Amino acid sequence: MGQPYLRLAAAALILAAFVLGTAAFLVWFERKLLGRMQVRPGPNRVGPGGLLQPVADILKLTVKEDILPEHADRPLFRLAPLMAFVPAFAAFVVLPFGPGLVSADLNIGLLWILAVSTVSVLALIAAGWASNSKYALLGGMRAAAQMISYEVPLVLSLIGVVLAAGSLRLGRIVAAQAHLWFAVPQVLGFIVYLIAATAESNRSPFDLPEGESELVAGFHTEYSGVRFAFFFLAEYSYVFLAAAIATLAFLGGWSGPFLPPVVWFLVKTYAVIFFIIWLRATLPRIRIDQLLSFGWKVLLPLSLVNIFLVGLFRFI
Amino acid sequence: MPYFLGYTYVAVFLLFGILIPVGALLANRLLAPRHPDPEKLQAYECGLATPSDNTLPYNVRYYIFALLFVVFDVETIFLYPWAVAFNRLGLFAFVEMIVFIGILVVGLVYAWKKRLLEWL
Repeated sequence: MGQPYLRLAAAALILAAFVLGTAAFLVWFERKLLGRMQVRPGPNRVGPGGLLQPVADILKLTVKEDILPEHADRPLFRLAPLMAFVPAFAAFVVLPFGPGLVSADLNIGLLWILAVSTVSVLALIAAGWASNSKYALLGGMRAAAQMISYEVPLVLSLIGVVLAAGSLRLGRIVAAQAHLWFAVPQVLGFIVYLIAATAESNRSPFDLPEGESELVAGFHTEYSGVRFAFFFLAEYSYVFLAAAIATLAFLGGWSGPFLPPVVWFLVKTYAVIFFIIWLRATLPRIRIDQLLSFGWKVLLPLSLVNIFLVGLFRFI
Repeated sequence: MPYFLGYTYVAVFLLFGILIPVGALLANRLLAPRHPDPEKLQAYECGLATPSDNTLPYNVRYYIFALLFVVFDVETIFLYPWAVAFNRLGLFAFVEMIVFIGILVVGLVYAWKKRLLEWL
């Protein structure tokens, strides 16, 4: 017992608070931004500028009745929100916020995040299946098709970064960008990553799994109360993670002049999040056939071309 | 950081990730009302009585995309170690990986020409 265990407990507690706080803040940030982009004030009643609105929402969801649909597959229905949230939280263990500011600096950091966040597709399809409702099932199937199709270009677009940095350790990847952000030589990979990451976290214009106007609420149609809240927390955690990886792998991580590294990291991450929300406010939802053919016929070949180009330039 | 300590962190974080929702569910059980009635427990449907089995047939295309996914996801497993060791491996490994990707691209082109990537 002693120091290492103290650090471990502190890291877990701080990150738990950070993940929940960030998810709540992102809900407010997104609603406020969408409101502004649609020329309306957005949430502005609870707390200063509506800042406490997500907190009120979470508290309200906690005291709401937990409804289990009659014909649902009970164990699976109960398990699905956990399956969505646990990997989203576990991915944060390797996320560095600054030099040395990381819970566990694994040498496979990037791979761990990619591997563990894949599990969420199982949660969505389990939720869709277990609900025993046609909207939920359709949403779950769409989620599965979409997430596996965009997983491939997402993972391939990051290979260029791994190749140039020669390591999967996120700290090393940041250090390798000391002179030039990877977003400059690998602009193709960066674009593919941004699009695929938006689709992976089921964000508009790729929000088909929950398409409100056609599927009620998609895979979480039957969920209410706390269970619904955890799907929401997981979704916003993934938005933050996607933006954080974009920052670490392509935008030079925490490096920047004058300000402390943590501030730079958060500024860049929130800039990417702003862009993702901006997309949602601007673009209409696309159809599933467009979605899948775009993923396989455009993004996948482009990500392979990116790997080839990055590899080729290493020899020139 | 010692090797195993890193994975201790991972284990503790997984445990924490489970404890947070379990704690919230317990709080919900203590605080929330509980008044189930048959109407409320039905699956969502636009006013019709819900059939007990709501599973419906879905498009076979989903399976084809799943199969394609397996091929390319396994490919990425080979690509990651190659990318990490790229600087040590030299030109031969680069050419070899191009050949490997080329074979998979032939498969993708085949699926494309067979119109498997279209949603019919």
